Amino acid sequence: MKRRTLLASAAAAALIAGKVSAQDKVKVGFVLVGPKNDGGWSQHHYESAVKMKEHFGDAVELVVQESVPEGADAERVLTQMALAGTDLIFTTSFGYMDATANVAAKFPKVKFEHATGYKTAANMGNYSARFYEGRAVMGHIAGKMTKSNKIGYIASFPIPEVIRGINSTYIHAKKANPDVTISVVWLFTWFDPAKEADATQALIDQGVDVILAHTDSTAPLAKMKEHGGVYGFGQAADMAEYAPEPRISSIIDEWAPYYISQVQSVMDGTWEAKATWDGIAEGMVGIGEFSDVIPEDVRAEAEALKQSIIDKSYHPFTGPLNKQDGSPWLAEGEVADDGALAGLDFYVEGVTGDIPN
Amino acid sequence: MIRLDRRPDPSRAWSLATPPLAVLATMIAGGLLFAALGKPPVEAIRTIFWDPVFGEFAFYYRGQLLVKAGPLILIATGLSLGFRAGVWNIGAEGQYIIGALCGAGVALAAYPMESAFLFPLMVVAGALGGWAWAMIPGILRTKFNTNEILTSLLLVYVAEQLMAKMSFGLLRNPEGSGFPGSRNLQQYPSAANSELIAGTGMHWGIVAAFVAVIFAHVLLNRHIMGFNIRLAGQAPRAAKFSGVQPARLILFCLGISGALAGMAGLFEVAGPAGQITPSFNVGYGFTAIIVAFLGRLHPVGILLAGLLMALTYVGGEAAQANLGLPAAAIQAFQGMLLFFLLAGDVLTNFRLRLGRPEVA
Repeated sequence: MKRRTLLASAAAAALIAGKVSAQDKVKVGFVLVGPKNDGGWSQHHYESAVKMKEHFGDAVELVVQESVPEGADAERVLTQMALAGTDLIFTTSFGYMDATANVAAKFPKVKFEHATGYKTAANMGNYSARFYEGRAVMGHIAGKMTKSNKIGYIASFPIPEVIRGINSTYIHAKKANPDVTISVVWLFTWFDPAKEADATQALIDQGVDVILAHTDSTAPLAKMKEHGGVYGFGQAADMAEYAPEPRISSIIDEWAPYYISQVQSVMDGTWEAKATWDGIAEGMVGIGEFSDVIPEDVRAEAEALKQSIIDKSYHPFTGPLNKQDGSPWLAEGEVADDGALAGLDFYVEGVTGDIPN
Repeated sequence: MIRLDRRPDPSRAWSLATPPLAVLATMIAGGLLFAALGKPPVEAIRTIFWDPVFGEFAFYYRGQLLVKAGPLILIATGLSLGFRAGVWNIGAEGQYIIGALCGAGVALAAYPMESAFLFPLMVVAGALGGWAWAMIPGILRTKFNTNEILTSLLLVYVAEQLMAKMSFGLLRNPEGSGFPGSRNLQQYPSAANSELIAGTGMHWGIVAAFVAVIFAHVLLNRHIMGFNIRLAGQAPRAAKFSGVQPARLILFCLGISGALAGMAGLFEVAGPAGQITPSFNVGYGFTAIIVAFLGRLHPVGILLAGLLMALTYVGGEAAQANLGLPAAAIQAFQGMLLFFLLAGDVLTNFRLRLGRPEVA
């Protein structure tokens, strides 16, 4: 209890001091799990943070801590930031969840935003993107583009976000092409160019000719380009350097609009802790340009699918859908609720293989 | 022309002077590095070395120094015994992981039962787990003469895989919405390794580290096993003649360092870290090797070296946040420390001579 009061009063003191020295400046902190130039996840958050800073200019002081291990170290870094008078802190990895919650409890006046988790508190919100909406569009294109009727999926970790992506891809590929099958390779890493390239090769060797990746590097696209005749998609970034083929479209992480709006709400005094799960419509999930390699009618269909997701007339998880074992999941016309999607831990019917555990 | 002459005996003065000199040289070279990056060098050095101990928020950082130094000291103390005897356990990171898995496993199996016996049982399980993992290279070495440097190191990667498997499978929190990672032991009172005195950072792992330092000191100076360890390292042939059994010595050294690393893992997972996740280990087992050598393989030296190393981590983070130093610069800074230490060791074992070689 003693520490709590000590820390809280120190935080209050730091906040007051911060307010005095720089009247309206909002100090915004970012904690990154990887280096800020990792070419993937952390780089996207970092670049979005920089865009946010550019948007506000001198009104914002940006503090970034990179390569922070999850667990006890994260808790110290967050405390450090809070003590130093940071007003709003974004923790950009799932593994920071408990550390963020612990520190948020000690510094009630500091605001926290945790990416991709599920916990909230009075001063802790969370945010994530509905990447599965992008996967639906990619899945449709993949189903239309495959000649061998085999699509491949390079998966990172068996967590709900990745499983949602696989299901969404398969559901829409299947709708576009009833003969399609999907092969999933699990890599247990978010970023490992060598492994990603090997997995790509292995899929190609199995006769797969369209590959989606849920890992962050450009290695799969590089491998596809080397091989030729295989299509892929940009992941997290547009990866336009591989267009028009093998990259025929992409799913882009767009955090900047969210960061700008949250910092703005802190400035306006309207910030409140909430769970945000935004998709294409809100601009958090970007769909990269469709390449000319895709036939025009398929491009139009993909665009229409995207529009129907944006205007909410269509939800990518709409019944009838069965689970992999054949048991019913969603009835005709039924839409999966966010709670079920958040904890999704099974494949839909038709996906082969097991989810590793 | 400068020559190096081997000293008949390592210089005791240089041996003691090297670590402080290495720290000083690191500060100077690090300062130059920071200046080259366009950051104020004096302020950066002050942020790293001074502020965490005496600065505005020292009340928080002092405790954090202990939290960071605790596992380093505990592991390094165990490793130093083997290093003295010429037994090279490079795989403390793996033993640390397995200790955490075993200890957390006991807690998660007992969940949600509350009992005063649970935590001691977890400590024993952690120590046994680390010990057993270290026995693999131990037995391979004594039975098949396999190089323990390789086997212990490679077992780290096996342990990491096992931990990933556990955090996605057996030990996964059933209420964790499908995300990897176990329940948080901080929220399980009987299993939590919480602060003993609020605000000090002091937890059982740090107590254990101090106790281990005292025991290692007594063992090395007052016990026949300690004598054998020193003898085996300094004069292996003499050790053989005096009846030291190499196999027993190897198993003892690997076992004790494994058990201490396993305990460190348990204290960490039940305390500051809270849960088993695929990224639970952050390199304490490897950094402890540096700490052991920085501390001259001497228990008290290790205590000081552990605190110093913790200071570079905690202060380095502050320098990142406050001055915008890149994380890589901090790592380079830590690397310099080891570099200057090893360079300084040359002076311990060799004498610098100016001029031509003398004619014998």
